[in-house]
Amino acid sequence: MEKLESEVSSVLTKDYASKRKQQIKRSKNVENIVLGSIISIILLFVWEILSRLEVFPSYMLPAPSVVLGTIIGLGQDGSLWGHIGITTYRVLAGFVLGTAVAVVLGSFVGFYQKAEQLFDPMIQAFRSIPSLAWVPLFILWMGIGEPSKITMIGVGVFFPVYLNMVSGIFGVDRKLIEVGKINKLNSFQLVTRIILPASLPSFLTGLRSGLGLGWMFVVAAELMGASQGLGYLLVLGQNTLSPETILASIILFAVIGKLTDWILKIVEARALHWQDRLVKS
Amino acid sequence: MSLELKNVGRTFADKQAVRDVSFTAKQGEIIGLLGTSGCGKSTILRAISGLDSEYDGEIAVNGKVTRDIQEEVGFIFQEPRLFPWLTVLDNVTFGLKGSKSEKEKLGKAYLENVGLNDSAHLFPKQLSGGMAQRVAIARALVTSPEILLLDEPFSALDAFTKMQLQDLLLNIWKTYQSTIVIVTHDIDEATYLCDRIIILRGQPGKIDKEIGISEPRPRARGSMLLADIKTEILESLGLNRTEVLVK
Repeated sequence: MEKLESEVSSVLTKDYASKRKQQIKRSKNVENIVLGSIISIILLFVWEILSRLEVFPSYMLPAPSVVLGTIIGLGQDGSLWGHIGITTYRVLAGFVLGTAVAVVLGSFVGFYQKAEQLFDPMIQAFRSIPSLAWVPLFILWMGIGEPSKITMIGVGVFFPVYLNMVSGIFGVDRKLIEVGKINKLNSFQLVTRIILPASLPSFLTGLRSGLGLGWMFVVAAELMGASQGLGYLLVLGQNTLSPETILASIILFAVIGKLTDWILKIVEARALHWQDRLVKS
Repeated sequence: MSLELKNVGRTFADKQAVRDVSFTAKQGEIIGLLGTSGCGKSTILRAISGLDSEYDGEIAVNGKVTRDIQEEVGFIFQEPRLFPWLTVLDNVTFGLKGSKSEKEKLGKAYLENVGLNDSAHLFPKQLSGGMAQRVAIARALVTSPEILLLDEPFSALDAFTKMQLQDLLLNIWKTYQSTIVIVTHDIDEATYLCDRIIILRGQPGKIDKEIGISEPRPRARGSMLLADIKTEILESLGLNRTEVLVK
């Protein structure tokens, strides 16, 4: 019993210790942010100065302040929100489409051996086709409008989600499944109570890399022909010889892409708080 | 609940692991399966549980021959095998049916039994090895199994936690009078817990010897009688070197 109490109290003290650790971690975080941004800030200043001294010709590489001005200008005339909105919409629609198909196919392949034998070789074969090679076919089938773009992005999102989901299901510990069996769980309960939660970490990893690919593919999709969107800004910048528009678009892609990944990361942390992971210190 | 094994054997990929194991366990009896590694102790246990149904021979639970997993059987594995995404309490109530409040009440009672009532809300990653194994014990007991199978349940624990949990097991056994089959390679554990020790030997493994221990419980861990039985077991396993040295 004494040992017990000491165990419990050790858990309690661990709680306090972890709180203190969090404080230390916070100050470390600040340090990390400062350290991580020093070089980029210096580079930005050097770039700004060199641009103002006209070392870089402004028709090739405009100053950071000019790029920022472009973004603000787009925001003031209102077109910025349209561009961001339509691009985000395309990514999200493609993401939902790709994920939905991946979840359905992935569950079948993961749970039924027959489905694996039927579908998996074909899917693996499709995977080796560079996804951009589909572009002409999709345009031919669906025209240049939204459906072909969203399908494109969906194809990009599909593979990482599918592959991670299947490997997550295959990777579920047989030992945990045995616990379910000894408790007389039926197949459906085994799936919902053990296999799905156990494969969740892998599935979420798939979602994150899928979303990353979604942002990559939206660029390709918008480059192939669009009248609005951040990818369209890239083409516009190229055609009107205004590198500041191109840079503005690139920066917006980076910011929004990071933002959506960050949201998924929070979802991941919430859903997987039970994982016994290495805490980086 | 009684348990009867008739000529149980198991072959893995054309290689016989264990053969011709027959024994009967009466209601409330504690039987130890003892043997060096690789002689098929765990294989027998998995066959009894129904987790493995590809064995030869027959196993009857309460007189009924079956190969399925029985509701009356509880299994405690070598590792805790807790579900990391569930809290301690949810892990314990995993196999229960019924309303949530009923399940929680029962789960809490069993957590108290294993001395973990303060840890109900913790997640498995926050537990020590001994605590996790206690949760696993509570999970196996909460369904009040009439036959309890244990596969080297304490082998990964330190000596003190091990003794503590052995006593816990005996306490629970006293209350519920379940029939227990415990696989172990720890002779002290077997002599301390069991009414009967079945020694498996050889490859493929088969029953070498059965030793009954009628000493009433609680037994003194260091008693002469248990020491004598230990010597007997060591000799029958061919592990007692003193004879060789004397010669």
